[in-house]
Amino acid sequence: MTHLPRRTFLKRTLASAVLVSAGSSLFAPGWALAAEWPKAAFGAKKIDEAVQALFGSSQMSPSASIKLKAPAQAENSAQVQVQVTAEMPNVEAIAVFVEKNPSPLVAHASFSGAEGYFSARMKMAETSDVYAVVKSGGKLYMAKQNIKVTAGGCGG
Amino acid sequence: MADRQTKIRTKTQGGDTDVLVLVSHPMESGLRPDPKDKDKKIPAHFIEKMTFALNGKEVANADLGPAVSTDPLVGIKLKGAKAGDKLKVTWSDNKGENGSGEATIG
Repeated sequence: MTHLPRRTFLKRTLASAVLVSAGSSLFAPGWALAAEWPKAAFGAKKIDEAVQALFGSSQMSPSASIKLKAPAQAENSAQVQVQVTAEMPNVEAIAVFVEKNPSPLVAHASFSGAEGYFSARMKMAETSDVYAVVKSGGKLYMAKQNIKVTAGGCGG
Repeated sequence: MADRQTKIRTKTQGGDTDVLVLVSHPMESGLRPDPKDKDKKIPAHFIEKMTFALNGKEVANADLGPAVSTDPLVGIKLKGAKAGDKLKVTWSDNKGENGSGEATIG
């Protein structure tokens, strides 16, 4: 497999770009992120960098009010269904991260009238923890679940 | 140009409306090697923004990354939407393509 060299290559070439973009996100006001596609957050290679770039903070507390519905084992790593329901009031945004993907951020939804719910199908590179991060009342909450990816797709 | 369909399905039950949006889109991550030339990668091509508007007012917007599956199926929930309300979903991708779909809540 060409997996590892490729990743190292990406890390080296993009390391400087990530540093620059992570720096610039410190100065970007939160509301601007909703209008522009958050390039820095999607380009980040580590989950805490991605959370920081997206929300301007990586301080999260675990919450039982977030229901993350995903399979314990994914039969097809290119189509993994995730559903996030945030049962707290004033949900501003929901973001989904796969810790071990080349770029952890999968999707980010912000709400201005719709309920705190987001679902999508996503690709996973390998077995990993999946994080649902919810922004509510200016604070970040999270829930996580491990999804096992079977390489052969035989359910073993 | 490839035909990109935007399909919307809504289901209302007890005041809550489930909205599911399906767009025919390759969602190419840019990491996959080209089958014809192993040294090259297929260029990234994925939806970046998706906006949901109810009766012309934005209710949610989503930023998608290349890790969202091919033919993305995105779901949101609305509260208090009435029959006859118009839902419009628009999307745009990293190559400047865009599309939209409309549905009437039933």
